[in-house]
Amino acid sequence: MRLDEQTRADFPILQRIVNGRPLVYFDSGASSQKPRTVLEAMNRYYERSHANVHRSIHTLGEEATELYELARDAVQRFIGAPSREEVVFTRGTTDGLGLIAETIGRTLGRGDEIVVTELEHHSNLIPWQLVARDRGAVLKAVPIRDDGTLDLGALDRLLTPRTRVLAFAHVSNVVGTITPVAEIVRRARTVNALTVVDGAQAAPHLRLDMSALGCDFYVFSAHKMLGPTGIGVLYGRRAVLDSLEPGRGGSEMIKEVWIDHAQWNDLPWRFEPGTPPIAEAVGLTAAIEYLEKLGMDRVTEHERALTCQTHEGLAGIPGVTVYGPPVGVERGAVVSFAVDGLHPHDVAALLDAEGIAVRAGHHCAMPLMRRLGVVGTSRATFSVFNSPDEVSSLLAAVAGLRSAL
Amino acid sequence: MSNATQGLYSDVIRDRWRRPRHRGELPGANAVAEDVNPLCGDRVRMMLAIAPEGRITEARFIGDSCAICTASADVVADLVSGRSRSEAAALDVSDVLAVLQAEIRPTRMRCATLPLSVLGQALDGAAKR
Repeated sequence: MRLDEQTRADFPILQRIVNGRPLVYFDSGASSQKPRTVLEAMNRYYERSHANVHRSIHTLGEEATELYELARDAVQRFIGAPSREEVVFTRGTTDGLGLIAETIGRTLGRGDEIVVTELEHHSNLIPWQLVARDRGAVLKAVPIRDDGTLDLGALDRLLTPRTRVLAFAHVSNVVGTITPVAEIVRRARTVNALTVVDGAQAAPHLRLDMSALGCDFYVFSAHKMLGPTGIGVLYGRRAVLDSLEPGRGGSEMIKEVWIDHAQWNDLPWRFEPGTPPIAEAVGLTAAIEYLEKLGMDRVTEHERALTCQTHEGLAGIPGVTVYGPPVGVERGAVVSFAVDGLHPHDVAALLDAEGIAVRAGHHCAMPLMRRLGVVGTSRATFSVFNSPDEVSSLLAAVAGLRSAL
Repeated sequence: MSNATQGLYSDVIRDRWRRPRHRGELPGANAVAEDVNPLCGDRVRMMLAIAPEGRITEARFIGDSCAICTASADVVADLVSGRSRSEAAALDVSDVLAVLQAEIRPTRMRCATLPLSVLGQALDGAAKR
């Protein structure tokens, strides 16, 4: 049975009729829909077990703490992290990248160098701009080739003994490029630079193994991988996390406090100030269990088939341009395209009128838009519940667009 | 075209998107401003030729923009031509929407209002000089 046939009934929202048509949701790259098990797990938690975690010495507090910490175990297993102490919960990818940029930022000095890439989402660019400005550090970007892949030769030239951080996306949220993480990490190691990977577009779609990737930090969100909004993960290699001062202060992240100083808590709580997103952690566990039951290899295979069908189909429509790696080169579950003579927002609005949800605009990657020479693109992204028939609907609708305005 | 599309893209919008009357450079413009819509990256530049006594003799625009934004810019250029600077500054989004005759949804309202805010910046810049 195809994955969409197996999963479709699990997603209540797919019953929606939009503009008179059954909803076709191709915007999971922005935020995926949620299976019933995730919604039920969060409801059950609020109806039965909710209390604050860690210092509530009563039955509900203990249940909440156990559920919250079980989420950490689920994440550790899901991403192949060597230990649970390396899994820090955040509010999402942007929060995690900001946290790690601030935290590493404090260790940077004038003239230190930060390297990002032209592919980056603003969330993996702006925090580094702020850090570079505050610390007098230098920010550089690895250019991409015309096919959307990173120019690794240029990367080698940009890495210097002053390079302290190399921050890059695992999968581009616009053109779908899958970057060779392990290889890039290997090169960064030659200059002892820390590696920070934005995994927001990878975690929902690819089997992850932190030990194999070897990066120092890996950051992603729950809400793009069938989980709730409001929680994300910052994986940090233990040796590096141990060496860092906490980026942000508050409750939970301390052992002992005096008026003028404090002793930090153990990992991972040292990096989790304040009451965490507990129900969201419960929802994330349910999302991970859902994906694990399907099998990440099947998920990848299913979404790859949809991506390929979309890419080839769109490329065959006169007046349609597809951006990123050519057909045959592996890419994430994302296809960005343009229709001659139509603005991406109008493309999205016209498709919405057919009940098809795609994203349009700069996708929070303005430097990449500039590199591609466009204001924005239209973007279809895929999840486990999408079907080949839905892709056919998209292709038919796009083929008819140029006469629509 | 479906009903949903017809509501959003009125005949006026489609017509002005296909055949804008005031699109293009305006050599000799003495009040110019440009801005972007942070939501989508759209960019509009308004160029005004203002006579010494303060009347706008011509208005043109260029931009990378969607159908709604382009049509709105074209309407704004229409509406300000021949008006005094203060009359132009008093233009309101309702004046533009009345001409566009479209049901602009909240998510697209910024597309319709960007040209007006750029017009305001152009007039402000001219007033300061």
